[in-house]
Amino acid sequence: MSRLEELFRDRSKKALLMPYITGGYPDLHDCRHVLEAFIAGGADMIELGVPFSDPLADGPTVQASAQQALDAGVTPDDVLALAGEFSGRLPVVLLVYYNNAFSYGSEPGPEQFVAAAAAAGVAGLIVPDLPVDEASEFVDICRGRGTDAILLAAPTSTKERLRLIAGAASGFIYCVSVTGVTGARTALSGQLPEFLDRVRAATDKPLAVGFGVSTPEQAAEVAQLADGVIIGSRLIKMVGDAGDIDVACRAVTKFLQEVNEVLA
Amino acid sequence: MTIPVRFGPYGGRYVPETVIPALDELAAAYERLRDDTDFKAELASLLKDFVGRPTPLYRAGRLSEKLGGTTIYLKREDLAHTGAHKINNTVGQLMLAAKMGKARIIAETGAGQHGVATATAAALFGIPCAIYMGEKDIVRQELNVVRMKLLGAEVIPVSSGSRTLKDAMNEAIRDWVTNVENTYYVIGSVAGPAPYPAIVRDLQSVIGREARRQILEAEGRLPTELIACVGGGSNAMGLFAAFLDDGVRMTGVEAAGEGLDTGRHGASIERGERGVLHGSLSYVLQDAYGQILEAHSISAGLDYPGVGPEHSFLHDEGRVRYDSVTDAEALAAFTMLSQTEGIIPALESSHAIAYMVKHSDRFTADDLVIINLSGRGDKDVHQAARALGIMS
Repeated sequence: MSRLEELFRDRSKKALLMPYITGGYPDLHDCRHVLEAFIAGGADMIELGVPFSDPLADGPTVQASAQQALDAGVTPDDVLALAGEFSGRLPVVLLVYYNNAFSYGSEPGPEQFVAAAAAAGVAGLIVPDLPVDEASEFVDICRGRGTDAILLAAPTSTKERLRLIAGAASGFIYCVSVTGVTGARTALSGQLPEFLDRVRAATDKPLAVGFGVSTPEQAAEVAQLADGVIIGSRLIKMVGDAGDIDVACRAVTKFLQEVNEVLA
Repeated sequence: MTIPVRFGPYGGRYVPETVIPALDELAAAYERLRDDTDFKAELASLLKDFVGRPTPLYRAGRLSEKLGGTTIYLKREDLAHTGAHKINNTVGQLMLAAKMGKARIIAETGAGQHGVATATAAALFGIPCAIYMGEKDIVRQELNVVRMKLLGAEVIPVSSGSRTLKDAMNEAIRDWVTNVENTYYVIGSVAGPAPYPAIVRDLQSVIGREARRQILEAEGRLPTELIACVGGGSNAMGLFAAFLDDGVRMTGVEAAGEGLDTGRHGASIERGERGVLHGSLSYVLQDAYGQILEAHSISAGLDYPGVGPEHSFLHDEGRVRYDSVTDAEALAAFTMLSQTEGIIPALESSHAIAYMVKHSDRFTADDLVIINLSGRGDKDVHQAARALGIMS
């Protein structure tokens, strides 16, 4: 059982909390403060994004954060170093688009990126544009390096595909709450319970829900159905809107504490 | 025969899980319909009466003479309805969309030719249509924006990234991920996730099948060389596909922009690395970390940092040779063809002409060349006039 799977198994709360921030947003220095605010707010693990030039699974909020980080010169190596700074304190999961992983290092292929992530103590990798059919090499490499390959399941995934995903994934299964891209939404999809039932039927692995979860009320709903809650765009927006990093971090911590209360 | 997912190592389906079932559905529908007698008959009828096929294979006598006597034929895709080869693909894909019961059409466009061709086919089938187009391209291809709107399409400006074709394609994919259950995504080139590269190639291969028959009728022999411009590469694949087993030389011409060494070009095969963009593994213009670079070309249709996966495969196999010409060379060819043959070519197609001009000394009088004149240049006259100093 992997470190993440143990974390889910041994939890004392209804669902674990995994906040997301784009690595190097709002800049490399202040991103550390945001991560500290995540920890102060009660994060059980952290999802850190490698900014990519063409993030086609992301809505406007995450896109803009990635662009800002890239404009400031943030590289995958910077994000790996950032992950390494925090991975001793709580599990860090990296979200990386496949081309950043594939192009990393001297030879094409994901091997060197996975090795660098494992060396930085990264507990798991999420690749939003690597569906299970394309992931076998990647999954094998992750297994060899002792880091989890966290695959995504979508409401459109068929029963057969959910079985494939369940067979290949480790750590947890990232359940995309809506057919769509990342971004805060006013309400969760009415189909979420039915979708999560279908994923449960395919696997015993923990399920975490992301894409569109943006309020404590929504988190409470998700906690009734899943083992983990992922919040991203809402937090990026809080950081961006605050203007001042200290104000932003206080708001982020307070918000995550509110979420944590409903997850208890 | 099943539809290929990969061409050697290239291709694949590197897209979010959400749309994978839709790609499976599309592949299954296409596999069922492509050999269906009624489907083939309906497509043939539309290509003939709506698109205006077959397009002529025209012997460009004065150009041949000017370039040293090599016999040069132009495959006149500029004479297809809407003024470019793009319509061959969109009519076929709209037929698929209609048979699959899709209620909404989306597409990306660079030069606007694919957007116009999609809007045209969507109007023909009576299905609502939204076209994503980069803000930069909207400015330089204003005429096509007006045409799309007249055809009833919604044109959605894309302001992210380089504000060109690559970003329009990102945005179209995001739309598709969101609306996948009722929406059909019409990809305009031999790019994107499988099965699109194979579907678009098959639908464009009518160009090569006609040209092969026409050249045999006119000259009694196969050509010695085919030349076509390559952005994503659909007109080139369409021409090449029918000749791959013939031993005919083939040249794909990429955009060298302001020069390969300036970093401002669109030569993905010549100067790119293997990478994943828009759902497939292919040659891509990117930095050392895999961030996609902005391409540059005077022609919006070649201003793309990727290329269809089958081209990457044909390059590695050595079956097709890829070269490039600059903006300036393409502009000179634009003028030359206009004044030598009375045909104003698209700036994209001007790259193929320019290659012939540049390398005419390597051809002999025995050579027989077909150049794919993939589109007409009406859309480009303002931009070309500015660049040539005809107009301020």
